[in-house]
Amino acid sequence: MRAARPLGGRVVSRTFLAALVIVLVALYFLAKRFMFGLGAVTNLNDGYPWGLWIAYDVVTGTAIGCGGYSMALLVYVFNKGRYHPLVRPAVMTSMFGYTLAGVAVFFDIGRYWHIYNLFLPWYANPDSVLLEVALCIALYSLVLWIEFAPTFLAHWHASRWRTRLDRAMFVFIALGILLPTMHQSSLGTMMIAAGQKLSPLWQTAWLPLLFLMTAVIMGYAAVVFESTLLANRYGLPGENRILGKLSGGVVWLVAGYLVVRFADVILRGQLGLAFKGDLAANMFWIENALFLLPLVMLAGKSGRGRPRVLFLAAASLLLAGGVYRFDCYLIGFNPGNGWHYFPAVPEIVITLGLISVELMAYLWFVKRLPVYREA
Amino acid sequence: MQIKRRDFLKTVAGGAALAAAPSITMASDAVRRLPGAVGILYDSTLCIGCQVCTVACKEANNMPPEFSGNQRRWDNPVDLSARTLSIIKEYESGNRHHKDHAQDGYAFVKRQCMHCVDPPCTTACPASALTKDPQNGMVTYNKDACIGCRYCEVACPFEIPKFQWDRPFPQIVKCQLCAHLLAKGRIPACCHQCPTGASLFGPVAGLLAEARRRQQMTAGKTYDFPLSSLASGKTRTHRAGKYIPHIYGEHENGGTQVLYLAGVSFDKLGLPDLPERPYTALARSIQHTLYRGLVAPIVVFGGLMVLVARRTKDKE
Repeated sequence: MRAARPLGGRVVSRTFLAALVIVLVALYFLAKRFMFGLGAVTNLNDGYPWGLWIAYDVVTGTAIGCGGYSMALLVYVFNKGRYHPLVRPAVMTSMFGYTLAGVAVFFDIGRYWHIYNLFLPWYANPDSVLLEVALCIALYSLVLWIEFAPTFLAHWHASRWRTRLDRAMFVFIALGILLPTMHQSSLGTMMIAAGQKLSPLWQTAWLPLLFLMTAVIMGYAAVVFESTLLANRYGLPGENRILGKLSGGVVWLVAGYLVVRFADVILRGQLGLAFKGDLAANMFWIENALFLLPLVMLAGKSGRGRPRVLFLAAASLLLAGGVYRFDCYLIGFNPGNGWHYFPAVPEIVITLGLISVELMAYLWFVKRLPVYREA
Repeated sequence: MQIKRRDFLKTVAGGAALAAAPSITMASDAVRRLPGAVGILYDSTLCIGCQVCTVACKEANNMPPEFSGNQRRWDNPVDLSARTLSIIKEYESGNRHHKDHAQDGYAFVKRQCMHCVDPPCTTACPASALTKDPQNGMVTYNKDACIGCRYCEVACPFEIPKFQWDRPFPQIVKCQLCAHLLAKGRIPACCHQCPTGASLFGPVAGLLAEARRRQQMTAGKTYDFPLSSLASGKTRTHRAGKYIPHIYGEHENGGTQVLYLAGVSFDKLGLPDLPERPYTALARSIQHTLYRGLVAPIVVFGGLMVLVARRTKDKE
């Protein structure tokens, strides 16, 4: 078996420096946020108390970070051992996605110095879906770092610790499957509480199932997207064969999702809203077209053999899941009363700053740590 | 007409959800009114829009003034905010000649926390910062518990909790039914100061009975209306208005402890048309079905551990 190796090369590349500039600007706005309050850098208001940071950094970011979850599900629950080489890079991006979502929460919540209240039994509210999400995400971030630890330990040649950790690893892998199942579905349940503020095109008792399915789909898509991109960028032969096979499975998952999605809207008698020609209706079709397109692209075996098709299909699925989440948390959300929201520039820059941190960490990790296997 | 159709669709939607997900939408989770519940009956037909309640509320709760327009002399908020916990708003139509008329008329409405029987905010709050008093049912806020996540704002269908966006150490702000005055045996400042009895404090059971009494009144005839609180013993004599046959808050969102009577339909007054079961109750039953006692997660966790251990061994 081919072993994973660091890709090598200079870490401080042009991309790295560009990312660094964005991070510095974001830090300036963050300082403003902590000195003058959320209103100083965001367009959030009492009608739209949640904006870009929740919709992207937390709700979409963690779904993109579901690669580790999706691959673990495949390898350990469905016993597809041949996909194992994809697990380590997937776990790494998941680790970044979740850790940064946790950091983003810190920027977003108003009384961040009280966050430990969630862990105090006399304050924690078991009725609250948000409590479940918060605890699960916190715990899962920790689990991801533990799952990725063997890569560090290999780097540091700490083989004794590595054997010890390997022996206990099944506990963390099991947690790594359980926790995302719990909180990714709960991210859907969470918006049920928005009630009539959320358009009936999205408001349904099936939100938890739809969120869980899109999380798994986005997880696979993230793995395929990243592997094909990296193979192209670094001239690796890549894992095209298993990626093609994987994409074949994703087709069924996406088809299943679309059946549930449309059956739900139709059975609730709300499909008429999709033909109103307003923003919500347009977003509904864009969202579902982005799911449908990869289904067509990946249906044929020849398409699944071409890295470019795999890459585009994965990109479309990531976008589709992202749009679905934005629709549920922002675009389909209308509190009425004349409230409006569009993210402010500093708000967008802070999100871009987080993505830049993720990119910089990613570059350092793949170049210095044994993450990907070479040809 | 359009609203009617939407209501119909909503009912259909609710019915379909019930039929589709029977295991998670059991109606048995309906929360009942507390026997000791206290609240406010606001009668739009008695209100003269003087805003004394708004001012009294600011004084009683030490809230800063809020200016609108260019003037900076007096407090004149236009809506609820992190500085204004209670306010009188107005519905206007046409030439606004007739009070409590939908056409060419006007009507007042008091907005404040409804102190729901099953409050979405207390269900949503992850840190129990918003809680419902187990005796009198008032919904109060504890800043020492709050993490500032604003899920209460997302969940509240009345858009009551407000956030201090302009502060580095912000709080959630909302009407707490003057809990600090109730503790001293007094009544909420808005009701205490209301000159006409439009805002009336009392036990919810008594307020509901009073509301039903008013609905039986003949419009135009004079009657005695209690002032400040049901127990005050003071009354004012008014001509009865023409009430629409609906007590808002009796059933909306599972019932509220602030109740409304009005001469125009409540949607015109900006009060949302809500189903009897709060959406948060559905979210809560999904959550409890899946996670009660953490039994299901622990069983799944055990199964996963066995599975993963076996797979890992196979590989070796």
